[in-house]
Amino acid sequence: MSLTEKFLQMFAAIALFAAVFGGVVLLAGRSSGRKAEKIQAAAFLGPAIILLTVGLVYPALRTIWESFRDANSKKYVGFDNYHSIVSSPELRLVLRNTALWVVLVPLFATAIGLLYAVLVDRAKAEALAKSLIFLPMAISFVGASIIWSFVYDFRPEGRSQIGLANQLIVATGGKPYQFILSNFNTLFLIVVLVWIQAGFAMTILSAALKGIPDDVIEAARLDGVNWRQMFRHITLPSLRPALVVVLTTIAIGTLKIFDIVKTMTGGNFKTSVIANEFYQQSFVANNGGLGSALAVVLFVLVVPIIIYNVRNLRKAEHR
Amino acid sequence: MTHGMSKTTTAVIAGLLVLSLGASACGKKKAKSAASSTSSAATSAATSAAASSGSSAAAAGGDDFCAQMKTFGDIKGKKISVYTSILAPEDKPYIDSYKPFEDCTGAKVTYEGSKEFETQVIVREKAGNPPDLALFPQPGLLKTAVDLGKVKEAPAEVAANMDKYYDPAWKTYGTVNGKFYAAPNEANVKSFVWYSPKVFKAKNYAIPQTFDELIALSDKIVADDPKGKPWCAGFGSGVATGWPGTDWLEDIMLRTAGPETYDKWVAHTIPFNDPAVATALAKVGTILKNDKYVNGGLGDHKSIATTTFNAGGVPIVTGGCYMHRQASFYGNQFPKGTKIGENDDVYAFYFPPIDPAKGKPVLGAGTFVGAFADRPEVKAFQTYLTTPTWINAKAKATPNGGFVTAHKGLDIANIASPVDKLSEQILLDPKAVFRFDGSDLMPSAVGSGSEWKAMTDWITGKSDKDTLDFIENSWPK
Repeated sequence: MSLTEKFLQMFAAIALFAAVFGGVVLLAGRSSGRKAEKIQAAAFLGPAIILLTVGLVYPALRTIWESFRDANSKKYVGFDNYHSIVSSPELRLVLRNTALWVVLVPLFATAIGLLYAVLVDRAKAEALAKSLIFLPMAISFVGASIIWSFVYDFRPEGRSQIGLANQLIVATGGKPYQFILSNFNTLFLIVVLVWIQAGFAMTILSAALKGIPDDVIEAARLDGVNWRQMFRHITLPSLRPALVVVLTTIAIGTLKIFDIVKTMTGGNFKTSVIANEFYQQSFVANNGGLGSALAVVLFVLVVPIIIYNVRNLRKAEHR
Repeated sequence: MTHGMSKTTTAVIAGLLVLSLGASACGKKKAKSAASSTSSAATSAATSAAASSGSSAAAAGGDDFCAQMKTFGDIKGKKISVYTSILAPEDKPYIDSYKPFEDCTGAKVTYEGSKEFETQVIVREKAGNPPDLALFPQPGLLKTAVDLGKVKEAPAEVAANMDKYYDPAWKTYGTVNGKFYAAPNEANVKSFVWYSPKVFKAKNYAIPQTFDELIALSDKIVADDPKGKPWCAGFGSGVATGWPGTDWLEDIMLRTAGPETYDKWVAHTIPFNDPAVATALAKVGTILKNDKYVNGGLGDHKSIATTTFNAGGVPIVTGGCYMHRQASFYGNQFPKGTKIGENDDVYAFYFPPIDPAKGKPVLGAGTFVGAFADRPEVKAFQTYLTTPTWINAKAKATPNGGFVTAHKGLDIANIASPVDKLSEQILLDPKAVFRFDGSDLMPSAVGSGSEWKAMTDWITGKSDKDTLDFIENSWPK
């Protein structure tokens, strides 16, 4: 397809979108009287519901259906695919890695973000300090992975290192280290996501920090609290809703992590995670059944976090 | 602000959200890097060579392809879509070589290359949006596509050309469940060891003719050069990481166990962890897992896993190693300005046999033309791709090397690169025992799944036994 054709298609799509949207607005605006509200609601929600059904609900149901069938979804195999996820040592390792990611990334990213937010709060050059840690957020996951692949690059002893990490080790008299092949390689990949997400945590928490009313802080000061008590009894409780949002958002993002693993190791060297394995099984090994089962597992793992998140939001609204 | 206004604003935001959701979903599609068996033919100067080659090749080969094309009826103005894994600039020789067909019939061939070919061709077939023709880099993938039910059998004209121009074995690679689907598009030879003729001459090393001589030479290099290593290798290739390891195993397996056992192994009539395979893998380990032999300036043997296949043999030129076992298409990976030739910077020698009684084994691979449509113009084009006219047009359109074929209608004078010529000589040598890349023939769950992964684990420390057991257990039941 040529570039002009592509642009024509794009403009056609935009025009179509505008036409449909205009129609909906027109329809909703015309109606009046008692039924008006219902019609308006239907007109506005209808397109979204249709799109969600086609784009989200149907694929989800279809994935669940396929997860109970064989590689080409020709034959019903019961829970065989799920059984192989828990029984094969390779896939158990994938589950273990995913657990490591999901525990460590939210924890460290939030902790670092919080610490940083508190430290730079009302400091000199706060904006500059904040934008520095926020910068990695602007880099795509694949870009960040490539950068860190270079950081971890290994050259044998005696050759000039091109990786930052190994150059530092060599400069301080150590021996070059095979980061990507070591037993801790998953941890080194986790560092990349923490590096990206700490900025996000810092931004939200810093905003929440500024939202703590000054009179509360002043009252506490008058009561003679030290900084530890202040943090424990004033700052942390005030930040709780923001902390929950940050932790759960990062946790959900981390469960779905794919780009970093795919770019840096391709899931090799015992670093694979569920999302990567799901892709590998579905599209490389052409085992649709197992791939779908992995996707369902991922879905099941994300659901409780989302429920918890929504409940917390509701609670915050009711307060 | 009126009540109605704010609702409109909300809806605009909702609409934008839907749009951005769609955009981010598109962004989720990740790129799979460097496909395994795509032959890489970098070319820039092939522009006009092919355009004129149609008529001259037809005259030279006595192959009146255009008359045959007319038998498919009037297909003027019809379009044929071709989907491949070969991207620009390597797509140029293909597009150029289609010109004689377009000139003769007036039909138009639209060429589309994708880095995601191996995954997307299946996705497109499942979605009901397949291309007319697809160039499958592995027979195993062709089988996956055929099992999904939308691949058309090859037309009689293609089958006739197969019988006329190819060794019968090649027809079996494109045959699934007894039906012939796909003719080969091109081939490559994998039983090569790349080396530097200049360095070998300076050090007075002779090309080894037997495996024992190869090992003796490796030991001599270890003794002569305390800094360099005799071998270098790289398994890295994105999702396909590990495939160069499967080639090593197959090449050695052909030499230690012989072609008959090899065939049984590929067909899974003997298990993947058969003792014969264990012997071969152990032999591979004596080179690849031997830190005295590898990995030319890139680290110990584990560094093979993190070195990309593209970079694996480069130390031959830049210093660090002397030999690199890799297919005929590797020539394009050397730095710009590297001269390939018998007395130049780099060249390749035939990976010598281990047991002379088992003949002269040659490991190779190829791509295959599968059709998802049987319209007359598609059939005509499919037939064109099996004529000597196309074979010679493609050879001429590939002046920088990277085209090898088992087609007997090839005029070897049209092959440009010295390593391609060497490949042709080996392919057409009657004494050679040719076998197709086993992992490409195996089911994709093994051949492009567990075996790649297992070889990567193997080089980073998994034992021979665990490696082979893992692959055997992954074989689809």
